[in-house]
Amino acid sequence: MHRFANPARFMRLSGKVLPWAGAVTVLLLGFGLYLALFVAPPDYQQGETVRIMFIHVPAAWMAMLTYAIMALASAVALIWKHPLADLAAKSCAPIGAGFTLIALVTGSLWGEPMWGTWWVWDARLTSVLILLFLYLGYIALWRAIDDPQKAARAAAILALVGAVNLPIIKFSVNWWNTLHQPASVIKIGGPSIDSSMLWPLIIMALGFHAYLVTLMLWRLRAEVMTRKIRVLQLAQAQESRSQEGGAQESGMEAAS
Amino acid sequence: MSGFFALIVRDVRLAARQGGASLLTVGFFVIAVTLFPLGVGPELAVLARISTGVVWVAALLACLLSLDRLFQADFEDGSLDLLILSPTPLELTVLAKCIANWLTTALPLVVAAPVLALVMHLPASGFAVLIVAMAVGTPALSLIGAIGAALTVGVRRGGVLLSLLVLPLYMPVLIFGVGAVDAAAMGLSPAPHLMLLGAISLGALVLGPWAAAAALRLMTS
Repeated sequence: MHRFANPARFMRLSGKVLPWAGAVTVLLLGFGLYLALFVAPPDYQQGETVRIMFIHVPAAWMAMLTYAIMALASAVALIWKHPLADLAAKSCAPIGAGFTLIALVTGSLWGEPMWGTWWVWDARLTSVLILLFLYLGYIALWRAIDDPQKAARAAAILALVGAVNLPIIKFSVNWWNTLHQPASVIKIGGPSIDSSMLWPLIIMALGFHAYLVTLMLWRLRAEVMTRKIRVLQLAQAQESRSQEGGAQESGMEAAS
Repeated sequence: MSGFFALIVRDVRLAARQGGASLLTVGFFVIAVTLFPLGVGPELAVLARISTGVVWVAALLACLLSLDRLFQADFEDGSLDLLILSPTPLELTVLAKCIANWLTTALPLVVAAPVLALVMHLPASGFAVLIVAMAVGTPALSLIGAIGAALTVGVRRGGVLLSLLVLPLYMPVLIFGVGAVDAAAMGLSPAPHLMLLGAISLGALVLGPWAAAAALRLMTS
């Protein structure tokens, strides 16, 4: 972990990895979408609309995973003061918020033909909506504080406090009587979904993971560069200020 | 320990001297609840159905308003720096301020809630549970709110950001608080909801001061 603490080394390595990550993402998502839309069979009950599942479920998984990564990176930043960990958490947040929004919207689109309603206030949907608010609050806190170091640590504390929501989301369908169906893939006893649908789902999930890696590396590189630019701007401001001061002094000496 | 109690007394005294901060909070509570019958109409059945939720949401928002003053006032006149530097651990200092906040804002709300539930036509079987649920749930509101207040100390437009940060964390308290009173109003047992409320309050008792102290050290450095 501390090998990548050096920003220059991180930029070199990520610069090499990023094109490959992008290529893997495109391949997996392309293949996954082909499997999901053309190869997977229609559901005996839901018909063709079951294909929304191949986007909705991976998006929901990624929404939770991204928050977990954000919380983990925040913990690393607070405990070990790793220089890139807080930037990693900052990079994750908009991606996670995007996944959460996709999960909510595709779920809503799926719910209309399935349940007859666009939205229902059951435990799973409500806790994912809370997750979206937590993401947005995290992004807002980063932007509200001027000093980047302070903002990083404050946001890290907030991310850890909000991590309490993750087990609630995962187990909400077990703990409450909900309209949202209970877990059918990650549960005790293994997946109860047929393999003709499980494999496209897994490939789509892997594609979404690759998408997260690609986007996170991209944003993290941008954050490192932004930090560098800020340091250079501050140095430039310092220099021009000392030059001005020097010119004023020599001017005053010449005058006196 | 004497510092701990002295801080509670100081904060309560300050709140009392600042022209009845408790009364202002209760005033907001009453006005907020009053808006709902004006908005949805005076029909008894409708009001009775929403009474629990309205009372709880108004209490939540009233607590939220009082959080702004929790650390900001001390930050502005410099006493927050002194509190951080004092020999009393900062976590205990935060706990003392939360207790004072609860005594001056949440406790008056708990006292006022049954009166407002009465005008909102809450079924009679729900009153006792309303008082108990609010007494058990409002400490969580002060403690979780302290985390948000600590994170937004000295931040521009911190009040609005505070609401955005704290309200998602308040939602479980709202869900179980309303669940307890609705269960009792329908004749079911409120015990599971009350126990979960208690669990949230106890968890917040441990984690809240700790996270808030870390945030305070960070934001005032």
